[in-house]
Amino acid sequence: MTLSHAFFAIIRRDLVLALRRRAEIANPLLFFVLVITLFPLGIGAQPQLLQAIAAGIIWVSALLAAMLSLDSLFRSDFDDGCLEQILLSPHPTSILVLGKIVAHWLVTGLPLLIVAPLLAVFLGMPNHAIGILLLTLLLGTPVLSLIGAIGVALTVGLRRGGMILSLLVLPLYVPVLIFASNAVEMASSGLPVNAQINILCSILIMSLVLAPWPTAAALKMSLN
Amino acid sequence: MTAYLLQGSGLSCIRDDRVLFSELNFQLNAGQILLLEGKNGSGKTSLLRILCGFREPDAGEVRWGDEAINDSAYYADMAYIGHLDGIKKELTVLENLKVSLALGVTGQYSISDALTKVHLHGYDEVLVQALSAGQKRRLSLARLLITHNVLWILDEPFTSLDKQGIALIESLMVEHCANGGMIVLTSHHDIDLHEVDVIRINLSTLQLR
Repeated sequence: MTLSHAFFAIIRRDLVLALRRRAEIANPLLFFVLVITLFPLGIGAQPQLLQAIAAGIIWVSALLAAMLSLDSLFRSDFDDGCLEQILLSPHPTSILVLGKIVAHWLVTGLPLLIVAPLLAVFLGMPNHAIGILLLTLLLGTPVLSLIGAIGVALTVGLRRGGMILSLLVLPLYVPVLIFASNAVEMASSGLPVNAQINILCSILIMSLVLAPWPTAAALKMSLN
Repeated sequence: MTAYLLQGSGLSCIRDDRVLFSELNFQLNAGQILLLEGKNGSGKTSLLRILCGFREPDAGEVRWGDEAINDSAYYADMAYIGHLDGIKKELTVLENLKVSLALGVTGQYSISDALTKVHLHGYDEVLVQALSAGQKRRLSLARLLITHNVLWILDEPFTSLDKQGIALIESLMVEHCANGGMIVLTSHHDIDLHEVDVIRINLSTLQLR
């Protein structure tokens, strides 16, 4: 079968699996919504303050939700031997792995995008900034999945890799966090955000091109 | 048609400062079976994983024809079934086989023919988690039939199979070899393979030398 056929078969398989194990989709999404709704309760009735930190809250929560969902990326495939079969395929592992990452983003990243506008309104974010928030999430969350995949691939062979995973991956998430939340803040004040969006675009393209290789290599190492 | 040949030369494997085997040489031609024997922990699975390319040998190399094994031409010609079945229990039998087919090269049997051959006909839409251990094993063996492979690498293929299951797999192996395929396997069972050239390597005795 052709490479594109294999690529889409992997995406399809992972989406069907996600549908049959719904907790996997619901968990990060629920976490995202809960953390964000807790902030107004903790800070109290200070709409100005909340409005000022809204972008940061949403992005930090998105980051943590992405972290939470990462482990499921390769865990079950590692445990039941499907990962071995993927690596033994004559197709390039990096492309098949990219398929898995795309499916992971569709399941865990895309839902964040759908609920984010509602949460932004909760936090009193100005309407004209919500579009930019969505744009940064659209560009930024795939990067979280792509970079996260390298970390998961390195730690999937360890029984308790959770702590190492966050130490490995969180520092690499920082640029996305800085530029994305900065863009939303600037947009709230009515300033142009072209520079930040361009940088996010380039981070996305770079990780899209570069992340699958180390992920594939790390998976191979983890199976050893 | 090219003549297939799997060659291991000077292979050694060291695990935690323990030499499992060293200076292991073998040559496997089309139509032959390589049966690895030995006690538990003698390195049978490690050798199979080296043949799959999951593990680098500590010395020596494995060649497929004229090439070293880490290229896609080798992976298009081989299939591996290990201790783990490599099938998703949340997917149906048919969905699992479709994914395997998409990942590999189309082989001589269609999915429904392969299911009939391993006596899983009629289970297409059944979730794998509803199958018994032996049925899962037969499903993972069905994967060998739907994709094109010359070399089968099987780690304890008879685990959890009943007598008929074992006879079935043996007949499939004989058929595969008659068609010019080759098989590397480990097994604790006494296998009954007529008219096939079986090479035996005992890793336990190799270690004593």
